[in-house]
Amino acid sequence: MLKAGDKAPEFELYATPDQKIKLSEFKGKNVILAFYPADWSPVCSDQMALYNEMLKFFNKYNADIMGVSVDSKWCHLAFEQDRKLHFPLLSDFEPKGAVSKAYGVYDEKAGESKRALFVIDKDGIIAWSYLSPTAINPGADGILDALEELTK
Amino acid sequence: MSLKPAIGQADHKQGGHKASIEIVEYGDYQCPYCGAAYPILKQIEDTFGDQILFVFRNFPLQEAHRFAMVAAQAAEAAARQDKFWEMHDAIFENQQQLSDAYLFSLAEQIGLDVDQFQIDLEAESTVKKVEDDFESGVRSGVNGTPSFFVNGQKFDGGAEDLMAMLKESTQ
Repeated sequence: MLKAGDKAPEFELYATPDQKIKLSEFKGKNVILAFYPADWSPVCSDQMALYNEMLKFFNKYNADIMGVSVDSKWCHLAFEQDRKLHFPLLSDFEPKGAVSKAYGVYDEKAGESKRALFVIDKDGIIAWSYLSPTAINPGADGILDALEELTK
Repeated sequence: MSLKPAIGQADHKQGGHKASIEIVEYGDYQCPYCGAAYPILKQIEDTFGDQILFVFRNFPLQEAHRFAMVAAQAAEAAARQDKFWEMHDAIFENQQQLSDAYLFSLAEQIGLDVDQFQIDLEAESTVKKVEDDFESGVRSGVNGTPSFFVNGQKFDGGAEDLMAMLKESTQ
């Protein structure tokens, strides 16, 4: 798993059925990447629901959050609409899990991303990363502490 | 993970003010799990009386729960008339019926000055109190509702686990 000080690997993933997002588009902003195993599972939903409430806090730190899982773009779309999520979910679908692997957070056995958080600074360097037990929603206190550190 | 900030002046408290066990709940009035925890927490308060101090802080997931925010504001508005717990209890006991209009009928039922309630409900300071609670929850590591803290430390479990733990530790 990549750690603080590592360069965040570039990626280009679908955020909607017809639009891709590149990490490099966010140069100059802080980025939070939240890898999670799957749409719809109850723990993930709580985690994403929590981040959904926190967008204005992230905003204060000039940070955008994106979720990443191996679910397809159509699955993400349905999940986002159902949970009224106001931030993008990226589809690490083809080749499956390639971005999760690049960040060192792919679970080969389950064929899913692990539950992991990265805070990336405005120059594209990882400032903080955290691997959570799969069944546990890691909350957001670690993210906020890392962002606070960055904007000091 | 520990509670930030510690229990203070701004908090709504129930039970023994010199209790050795302090429980803080972060809750959402529209969350079904908080609704399910409510009667168990009441049971805990009845069983342990002054041995515990119980504090409720707001953690409304407003995108997921349409009336979570306004319900939190309603309880805070009731607090201005010294009826926080009356409103808190009334909402959880009638969680299924939650709506804007219903909060006003609860306000009437518990004997609030409804005009004043309406003013306080929308006051900036009321909204800020709820938002401050939410932020303190996030800072303290709250990841969903209900989340409990016992003597300042995050408690990994629900209301029933809390009951079991208390029974054991007061034996």
